[in-house]
Amino acid sequence: MESLGIVFALTGAALAALMAGIGSAIGVGMAGEAAAGVVTEDPNKFGKVLILQLLPGTQGIYGLLIAFITLSQIGILGGSADISTAKGLLYLAACLPMAFVGLWSAIRQARAAVSGIQLVSKRPDQMGKSMIFAAMVETYAILALLISILSITGIGGLSI
Amino acid sequence: MAEQYTYAVSRIHAREIDLLSAADMEQLLSSADYGEAMSYLRGKGYGAGAEYFDFEPMLKDETDKMWALIRELIPETEPFETLLRQTDFQNLKAAIKAVYTSEEAADCLESGGSVDPELIVEAVKLKNYSELPEFMAETAESATEIFLKTGDGQECDIAVDRACIETILREGEESGVGVIRDYARLLAALTDIKIAVRAAHTGKTKGFAERALVPCSGLDVGALADAASKNIDEVYKCLEHTDYRDAVEALKTSMSEFEKWSDNKIMELIRGQKANPFTIAPVFAYVLAKINETKAVRIVLSGKKNDLEMGLVRERIRDLYV
Repeated sequence: MESLGIVFALTGAALAALMAGIGSAIGVGMAGEAAAGVVTEDPNKFGKVLILQLLPGTQGIYGLLIAFITLSQIGILGGSADISTAKGLLYLAACLPMAFVGLWSAIRQARAAVSGIQLVSKRPDQMGKSMIFAAMVETYAILALLISILSITGIGGLSI
Repeated sequence: MAEQYTYAVSRIHAREIDLLSAADMEQLLSSADYGEAMSYLRGKGYGAGAEYFDFEPMLKDETDKMWALIRELIPETEPFETLLRQTDFQNLKAAIKAVYTSEEAADCLESGGSVDPELIVEAVKLKNYSELPEFMAETAESATEIFLKTGDGQECDIAVDRACIETILREGEESGVGVIRDYARLLAALTDIKIAVRAAHTGKTKGFAERALVPCSGLDVGALADAASKNIDEVYKCLEHTDYRDAVEALKTSMSEFEKWSDNKIMELIRGQKANPFTIAPVFAYVLAKINETKAVRIVLSGKKNDLEMGLVRERIRDLYV
């Protein structure tokens, strides 16, 4: 193989989807356990706790988005897949913010969501506040998403 | 990562809203009579839905219901069995006395422990302790020996009570759960204080106090034993230099005031667990809260049944978890 660029770039895309996906799977699962506990005691709270359960799921979607953009940029989904090793490494680096922040923020958001679910179980009128607590963590996943998107779309224009 | 109990804790937090609040307790205290108090509790879901005329069966059903929930949530109930040790060892004392003195002591056997009271009686009767659980077998043998050799029920009680607290302390440390360990330590300290005060009031020797007191954190049991052998003021003085200095005020009022203070201290210890979302600690705290609530309800209902002045009853009500 003449260049390892495509290997690095694909590794980056895979990591973004993989790590953010793992984070979301752990997070949604954890929040799901809490939600099931609350619904066992009070089935009427299903709608409220479901929203909180879904919050840590967004990182997985962001990871998928980054992987998809990367794949289309490097020509895996069509076009020429001939990219230099340097560009491949840049794509890998560009995917890492979403990969790591996605993994970690999904798990931390799940902890906030679990606490929120337990708060709603005792005080349903505090639903809005419990959502805000969990949603605050989302900020950092969005920042990572933004940096990854900007980097990935910018790399194409570089002549290296 | 420590073991997580997200589902169990969520269910327990959802159940916490069913615990009696201070307002509920006030309502209970101000009910017109015993019947109205009982019907208020039935309305709050107390008992197993049956028509109760006496409050003890209702409280027993309520406790059984709580344990059934705990067993459903956490099948490995070992951490919670620490809470049953006092009943277990109480039954051991009653069994020894029932077998070797009078049959009436058998009336003191309580259900709700982790060991079947009949099994304890049988083991003591046959002097075959192999069927008893490990934590109790050795104590059962030695306490029976003490009783048979000396005929002194108090010495036997000291040996059993000491083993009880030592077991609770050991299990608390082994649980690896902060709140269980802290509860065990607090209970040991409170029990030591109670023993020291009683020893001082009854003029016991230093040797007696040393045999009865269990070493625990926060208390210098050597100094406490020494103080207990002198007089009650020395015990108060000794406590003034510990984390339990607030107990002195309560002790000066009465022993029941101290017991209320002790229960409030335990509630204070566990109250923070209401905001803990993952570990087993909130489930343990819930069990303690429920035990404390049952104790408070029993006090009120006894007062109502015996037409006691509610002001007196109110003074004895412990702080509640919620």
